[in-house]
Amino acid sequence: MATSLEISVNGKRHAVLYPPDTPLLVVLRDELGLTGTKYGCGEGQCGACTVLIGNMPRRSCQVPLSAAVSQPITTVEGLEQNGNLHPVQQAFLDAGAFQCAYCTSGMIMSSVALLRQTPNPSPAEIAKSLQGNICRCGTHPRVIEAVTRAATAIGQGRTR
Amino acid sequence: MSSAPHRFDSHAATGQPAIEPERYEFFSPPAHHFHLARRDFFKLLGAGVAVFASAKSAAASAQETPASSRGFHNENLPNDITAWLHVGEDGTVTAFTGKAEIGQNIRTELAQTVADELRVPFTSVRMVMADTALTPFDAGTFGSRTTPTMTPQLRRVANAARDIFINAAAKEWNVAPDTLQAAGAKITNPATGRSLTYAELARGKALAQNLPAEDPVTPPNEWTIAGKSIPKVDARAFVTGAHQFTPDMTRPGMLQGKVLRPPSFGATLISCDDSAAKALPGVVTVRDGDFVAVAAPTEHQAQQALAALRAQWKESPAQISNANLFPQVKQKASEKSDDRHRGEQGSVESALAAAQRRLDATYTVAFIAHAPLEPRAALAEWTRDANGEKLTVWTGTQRPFAVRDELAATFRVPDSSVRVIVPDTGSAYGGKHTSDAALEAARLARAANHPVRVVWTREEEFTWAYFRPAGVIEIKSAISPDGTLAAWEFHNYHSGASGIETPYVIPNQRTEFHPVNPPILRSGSYRGLAATANHFARESHIDDLVHTAGLDPFEFRMKNLKEQRLRSVLEAAAKSFGWPGKKAQAGQGFGLAVGNEKGSYVATCAEVTVDRASGSVKIVRLVEAFECGAIVNPDGLRNQVVGAMIQGLGGALFESIEFENGRITNARFSRYRVPRFSDVPEIEAVLLDRKDIPSAGAGETPIMAVAPAIGNAIFNAANVRLRSLPLIPRGLKA
Repeated sequence: MATSLEISVNGKRHAVLYPPDTPLLVVLRDELGLTGTKYGCGEGQCGACTVLIGNMPRRSCQVPLSAAVSQPITTVEGLEQNGNLHPVQQAFLDAGAFQCAYCTSGMIMSSVALLRQTPNPSPAEIAKSLQGNICRCGTHPRVIEAVTRAATAIGQGRTR
Repeated sequence: MSSAPHRFDSHAATGQPAIEPERYEFFSPPAHHFHLARRDFFKLLGAGVAVFASAKSAAASAQETPASSRGFHNENLPNDITAWLHVGEDGTVTAFTGKAEIGQNIRTELAQTVADELRVPFTSVRMVMADTALTPFDAGTFGSRTTPTMTPQLRRVANAARDIFINAAAKEWNVAPDTLQAAGAKITNPATGRSLTYAELARGKALAQNLPAEDPVTPPNEWTIAGKSIPKVDARAFVTGAHQFTPDMTRPGMLQGKVLRPPSFGATLISCDDSAAKALPGVVTVRDGDFVAVAAPTEHQAQQALAALRAQWKESPAQISNANLFPQVKQKASEKSDDRHRGEQGSVESALAAAQRRLDATYTVAFIAHAPLEPRAALAEWTRDANGEKLTVWTGTQRPFAVRDELAATFRVPDSSVRVIVPDTGSAYGGKHTSDAALEAARLARAANHPVRVVWTREEEFTWAYFRPAGVIEIKSAISPDGTLAAWEFHNYHSGASGIETPYVIPNQRTEFHPVNPPILRSGSYRGLAATANHFARESHIDDLVHTAGLDPFEFRMKNLKEQRLRSVLEAAAKSFGWPGKKAQAGQGFGLAVGNEKGSYVATCAEVTVDRASGSVKIVRLVEAFECGAIVNPDGLRNQVVGAMIQGLGGALFESIEFENGRITNARFSRYRVPRFSDVPEIEAVLLDRKDIPSAGAGETPIMAVAPAIGNAIFNAANVRLRSLPLIPRGLKA
């Protein structure tokens, strides 16, 4: 049965009427129109649907709506502020860390979460924490470079 | 590739009476396809300067021709004259191409090419791509054809536009055109120092020109914008999530569609009770032949409706399983080879009979999936105006015009009533040639009287798309005492003919491709086609011969390869890699492989370590040298080459579609392993820029030497010769 639930996404509260077991991904995309978060597999294996719940990276295809009500949700659309890209977004841009870019939102969200937890990760730590994000185009070395650049940029004071 | 998956039987698909009068014109390509008339074109884009050309002048001589009842008629291109380029009154340049952006970064490369030849800033160029209503006909984005065919075409077009501006300025100043110069989006008269911008020259005009037959374009050593590492156009939209891929698009009143899939390959529908599904609120169901589908306002409702369908299927008795795959391939393959790919020289029989050192071996290659991260998807909308019904479909496809033609044929409407638009797509790798999702969405939209979006699930994508064909390759060979190759007999069964021809100097040789018709399972293009399989077999076999002769793999290849471009990439890769590698620890091994295909050249060196006790194999380092003529965008090329190497790791090491009785047992990412961060070794790409050679494509060839280089390195490390792809799906068992 559809139930009215309130979620906070990118700093805005939304009342949504959905069955509580609906994947958060569906609500974000179909109800809120936040299509930056992608469907890739529906089993939490590819990472394309990664969002932050609190500071934790979560696969939104595996999170039921009812489990997303208590903490603020951040999607890729919520990173940019006042027209300024988040340092991780900027670093992906600067490193050209994409080809088709369908995985990019998820890669960026996982990387943002990593840098909040580990401000100066080694390449091995980056690889380990992005292990659940699939890139079929093979841009992995550039993604590692982008996250390393972002860590430096954040360390130099562009804190986020 | 096998035929389209859906043949809609009922007249409901077409909105026509059940007995259709013969309308052969619907099943042959149109003799003329009239795009926008020139007047309408200027009305749409505003006054300015435009260049028109026949699509024929840009016809890509495709290397592969997917079988289709229609839709791929490169022999029979429409004679229409369409617009390729427009320069508006504000100086904005719009260039049109039927090619699609699928992650290969071609939007950027083509814009660079136009800017370079037209002598305008890169930022003033906008590419309109893969929209059947606006762009010139194009056979498709495949075969690494965009760079070798579309960049020269757009150069000729831009050159013609430049001539228009030069002539307009010459007229204005009453001077000879050849005294003027074009640069920086303006025409300058060096004698007077006066100049007119393109924007000024375009103002209030509707100047059009057909493409001249011959007009020399700027050679690579004079390029100023092409040849540079310009970042991806619109990249910001991808890092903000703003870019809309097909699954992200909506239309007012749109429903979500889902298709009922058979339980196994070849199953036919006996009955389907859709009463429970239909009773759900807002649900539309369609039954048309074997096609059963539902549409509903939300994803959840559509899923519920799909689950409520009660279908009975008759499964095919002869079902494929992995266990009998390769015997089946051999058994079903034609004895007679495909003449187009047959090569013979000298006498293989007598050379083999006379040989002192012979080596015969069989290689196999598994079915693998493209698994593009954006699954197949389409959004279809029917509208009606004074001219009748129109169908618009947004879909991620490599062949928008073929999809348009298939839609038109299926729904029995003229091609001109169907518009297919390809949003920049979440990759394809040769996997998005067909119109499946487009047909499904259009059929549902027709029934529902609403726009319908169909997005395949990952499981559908793995199961109901098509595969890179599996294959069996048999080689008989002989080597002479002096280390040259004496005989070579090569048979490829089922997997394909790309890259089948040996580049080695061999006096006695025979090469044959034995197709299976229809292919075992739905098979089709995949990045590099069978070049990966053929190079794997050939380069593994050569490595074995090298070993038998006690020679060095690099020296042996240099001795037996004549083609200079091939020798150059081999030398470049070996140099960067530090060949021959010095073994510093037990279990370490080095391998190399080389090849050329589609006008480009590749050599890959691999370093691995093997732990015989545990069977684990680690790919430590890959170095690849690649040469595709003049490089248009070095950073974009590097991204493609490294990407192909990483993607190639999957097919080399562990990717394999597993079948059991006609069902795929690993149709999900948790069971079908693709390369992830932990699989990526240290990678180096060495790019050779040959400004003296026209640019070839680079999307495919960089993938094909990865598997044999790794296989050869494993042999070097562990003295185990692996002759099947994937090499080590479960590690290296002793």
